Amino acid sequence: MRTWVRNTPAAVYLLVALAFIYLPVVVLVLFSFQDGPLPVPPFNGPSLHWYEKMFGNERLIESLINSVVVAILSAVVTTFLGFLAAYGMARRTPRFAGSIRFSLMAPLTVSYLIIGIGLLITLNIVGISKSLFAVGIGHVVINLPLCFAIIYSQFGDHTRNIDDAARDLGASDFQTLLHVIAHVMKPSLFASFCLSATLSWDEFIIAFLLSRFDVTLPVIIFEMLRSGLTPEVNAAGTLVFAISVTTVIVAAITVSALTSGRK
Amino acid sequence: MLAKAKLTKRKTFEFTRWAVHPALIFTFLFFVLPLLAMLIVSFWQRIGGKLTATWTFANYNKFFSKDYLVEALVNSVEVTLTATVISVLIAYPLAYILAYRVPVRWQRFVLIFTILPFWTAYVVRSYSWLLVISENGIINVILTSLGLIDQPLEMAYSRGATVLGFVHFFTMLMTLTIYANLVQIKPSYRKAAADLGASPLQIFLRITLPLSIPGVAVGAFITFVIAIGDYINPQILGGGNEVLIPQAIILQVSRAANFPMASVMSVMLMVVVIVVYFISAKHLKMERV
Repeated sequence: MRTWVRNTPAAVYLLVALAFIYLPVVVLVLFSFQDGPLPVPPFNGPSLHWYEKMFGNERLIESLINSVVVAILSAVVTTFLGFLAAYGMARRTPRFAGSIRFSLMAPLTVSYLIIGIGLLITLNIVGISKSLFAVGIGHVVINLPLCFAIIYSQFGDHTRNIDDAARDLGASDFQTLLHVIAHVMKPSLFASFCLSATLSWDEFIIAFLLSRFDVTLPVIIFEMLRSGLTPEVNAAGTLVFAISVTTVIVAAITVSALTSGRK
Repeated sequence: MLAKAKLTKRKTFEFTRWAVHPALIFTFLFFVLPLLAMLIVSFWQRIGGKLTATWTFANYNKFFSKDYLVEALVNSVEVTLTATVISVLIAYPLAYILAYRVPVRWQRFVLIFTILPFWTAYVVRSYSWLLVISENGIINVILTSLGLIDQPLEMAYSRGATVLGFVHFFTMLMTLTIYANLVQIKPSYRKAAADLGASPLQIFLRITLPLSIPGVAVGAFITFVIAIGDYINPQILGGGNEVLIPQAIILQVSRAANFPMASVMSVMLMVVVIVVYFISAKHLKMERV
């Protein structure tokens, strides 16, 4: 009874905070099923009308495919670069290790907006036109620090021992890296890939600044926002949210399965 | 045997150096160079629609002579600081409850559940709040039907709405960093303090709070960096009454293609972030969180 009394304020605070955090999400998802032109009360529904409209929107579907392609390709490049760098840092501390780590982590402290403006100006000076490729480059820049940090944090003495063992058994540098280290590091590589892909999938400002005719889904949704409140935006937002959450959950489950199987 | 060991060592060392290079070169080409280009262009001018290397402070003079541009920067700092402080005040008790009041086997689940809306589509997050607080939004409809108000409250399209949007997102982020810090504090510290006769309030103020400052600092710093550079949230929730610096930058780029002026503003934004970094640097130990 006493613990119950002691914990009541905590439970109330937790519930109120959760209500605050979930309020906009619930409203967004609920009114994507609205039967009517406005995503505000009263709720008439449920109806799949706005989802049908969304999937019939060719420009939106095109941008969705663009987003998926950019997310996957940029995540592959990010994970590859992050893995190599983490391996290089962990295997034997190179000279200037501190400054190398600082340089790799530096993009974290700069706003996406500024990174985007910098890339835009560079494209302009060099004379390259804006494209999805440039968007992908930008996404690698912003995600590389996180992926490097995740993978680097999972290197430890045990990986160094395995590395030594593989070499003593006659494996070459590349064989060791590809067949032994990459295998041991699978959970963190997968986690880094999924995180990078979800962040790219949801990124707006760099895609907005660096793309031209082929755009990504967040850019299209932003264009739709200009026409005011419509349940179609709710439907698109719900779709983006659902795909992100699914990726994150699948990643979390897979990583914990991969790591627990090893023990 | 000794010779072989030596050989392996040398080979590894070279390979190691090679392994870091791709990421370093990439970061240099697509992060360092663009920022340098931005800094350089901030001293250039756009003459007849073309970038010309003029090497002048004219753009900076123009920035500081236009009240509305300086004001945009001041507005940005005010909004971001307000949002950061409110987010800490909401997130700290939440992280504390998660770490010390929720049973250990439930903690992971409750934490994940708490930060799940973090993954709401970024462009749609502010829009969702519009659905909640707009004139015919859910809050006004509920309050009117309860008879508490006659006229709908004007909440959307204001500075308060911008702050609300930020607070929502960054409460989740800071709950995560503060929680991660709190669970690392050894329970034995608090037990020792209690054994020595400290009251729960004393334990919190003298032990838990000081030890959790790094988590707060890291969360607050990340919040500040992301929020001050955010375009979407003020654009959608803020309305047209005041302009924040990211909106001013995008205006320069999209309407006028005025890269020199956009560069000046971006440089000013970076200067603010660097100043904040040095103010909070002594608490920022990124590895600990």
